[in-house]
Amino acid sequence: MKPFTTLTAVAVPLDLVNCDTDRIVPARFLRQPRSAGYGNFLFHDLREADPDFVLDRPAYRGAGILVAAENFGCGSSREAAVWALAGSGLAAWIAPSFGDIFLENSFKNGIAALVLPPARVAELRAQLVANPGASVGIDLPAQTVRFPDGSLEPFDVDAFRKACLLEGVDEIDLTRRHEGAIADWEARRRADMPWLSREPGSG
Amino acid sequence: MGRTLYEKIWDAHAVAGGPGGRTLLAIDRHLVHEGSFHAFESLRAAGRAVRRPDLTFAMPDHYVPTRDRDPIAHPELKDKVDTLSANAARARIAIFPVGDARQGIVHVVGPEQGITQPGLTLVCGDSHTATHGALGALAFGIGASEVAHVLATQALWQAKSRTMRVRVEGALPEGVFAKDVILALIARIGAQGGTGHTIEYAGSTIRSLSMEGRMTVCNMSIEAGARAGLVAPDETTFAWLRGRPYAPREDEWDAALARWRPLATDDDAAFDAEVALEAGTLEPRVTWGTSPEHGAGISGVVPEPADEKDASRRQGLEKALRYMDLAPGRRIEGIPIQRVFIGSCTNSRLEDLRAAARVVRGRRAVVPALVVPGSGLVKRAAEAEGLDRVFLEAGFDWREAGCSMCVGMNGDLVAAGERCASTSNRNFEGRQGQGARTHLMSPAMAAAAAVTGAITDVRRISGA
Repeated sequence: MKPFTTLTAVAVPLDLVNCDTDRIVPARFLRQPRSAGYGNFLFHDLREADPDFVLDRPAYRGAGILVAAENFGCGSSREAAVWALAGSGLAAWIAPSFGDIFLENSFKNGIAALVLPPARVAELRAQLVANPGASVGIDLPAQTVRFPDGSLEPFDVDAFRKACLLEGVDEIDLTRRHEGAIADWEARRRADMPWLSREPGSG
Repeated sequence: MGRTLYEKIWDAHAVAGGPGGRTLLAIDRHLVHEGSFHAFESLRAAGRAVRRPDLTFAMPDHYVPTRDRDPIAHPELKDKVDTLSANAARARIAIFPVGDARQGIVHVVGPEQGITQPGLTLVCGDSHTATHGALGALAFGIGASEVAHVLATQALWQAKSRTMRVRVEGALPEGVFAKDVILALIARIGAQGGTGHTIEYAGSTIRSLSMEGRMTVCNMSIEAGARAGLVAPDETTFAWLRGRPYAPREDEWDAALARWRPLATDDDAAFDAEVALEAGTLEPRVTWGTSPEHGAGISGVVPEPADEKDASRRQGLEKALRYMDLAPGRRIEGIPIQRVFIGSCTNSRLEDLRAAARVVRGRRAVVPALVVPGSGLVKRAAEAEGLDRVFLEAGFDWREAGCSMCVGMNGDLVAAGERCASTSNRNFEGRQGQGARTHLMSPAMAAAAAVTGAITDVRRISGA
């Protein structure tokens, strides 16, 4: 996975509370292989209904950061929501809160999903609306977001997620280092609860 | 200090500590549906094998047609279902395929087969995995990367969540069901009220619910933002599990009970948050908007967005009402509907079908109405009671098991602009089809809507 350290990019504001992953990528596209390019399906139905959808405005073209509203990415666990956003060139998102599974999926794909206080996110969106095409800077090692007005906002990030992003860790490789502990646990489980690993009706 | 049920299950599965306080958690059960093709692909690309096929179970549900499916005519749907079969065969994973009476929705089949058991960790690439928490298992939805990780390692790196206890006390009034309890909770705490938490449902109302009702409640934990919901196992749980195919055998039963009985939150354990609901104050509930938190009692009205002080939320409400084509102040009861769906991992079990059939018996559906049992075995049990005849004689469609119109991935869709009374779990924009308008409610309420053509208080329908 590609490491993430710092990013300065055009940021696009999306003021949509409880934006669910069905909206980010409608279910009918999920049968497509990843090679189909999920970026093509991003907010498909919203964009179809609204030619002036914020992501399609010229000033925000090429945006690398999405500034969303509360509970962004709630609902379905579809990781395709992350692929659709990332496939459109977005590499980080900022919101007052995220759906738990979407948040996890974001980091697994090398995306910085950052939580800032609601008032500060509203302020950030307001600055982006007032200055379309303005850039936002994310410094993961320093844990700060630089607003278009130059102010710096600190953020918290889980140390595990931060380390994985900075180093581009493959979690399966990380887990394999604990093979001995997993095997021990499994042996205990087999002894304690033999019925968990058995075909029904067999000895 | 004592531990919560969540903490007990967590501690029993902690394999190793990792950076940043993360824990490597062992996974007892992994359920995979057709959507797992991305994860199997990435595993293959990396040359990795499935570590524990014996703990992995494949269940086609999202893409399976609910009729004319032997063979499946639609090439893309057939491809997705066949790919799951091929991946299961290659990895020697047990599968409950189309044509097998046990086939059905992963969150119906897992418990029904006894694959889900108290105290286990269970994951699936589906956010409604929380359903299995009804049996006292720590169960949560994961994305494709985590599915691949579990296939390869049978473990997951997790951060401990916060804990929330929801106590529901008292008897449910006539016409009020488990679905109304969870819809009321979501409206109370909001669609992100449980974010970052595992919810434990407790109190006399939850205790007196059947396993089916508990599953309905836990199922929609994710609609309150919580990745997992739990009910401590009790005699209801044990009696329900006994004799199921994957449950412990009779000669193992006492050993299993000895492990299951301590699975309760200690009296002196503390939760990060507590919420209380009075069952007696509840009425049948209906959602009016495009988030599960947009709900009201049947005697309620569509709210006035202007009353919302927060600008983002106000705008959200306005958008939702525009999408739903509803005016502020409009009474919920009487909203005309054009379609009914009874099914989904929330409400497709025998008890749900019985509740709907009680309303339908001797009446006629005045709009197209679809009943999709949660599994082939639920369907068979319903037919043994004659419920299929009740629905068919009333003009309902009676189909084969699958996710169907909850998410529409198999082609069972609500048309643009149509209003659907649905027993499913999500009223998101476009969830049941592009432009579709979803009103979530209980099976009894959906049945009442089917026979009247409008959102109707089921308590007004005699004999229901």
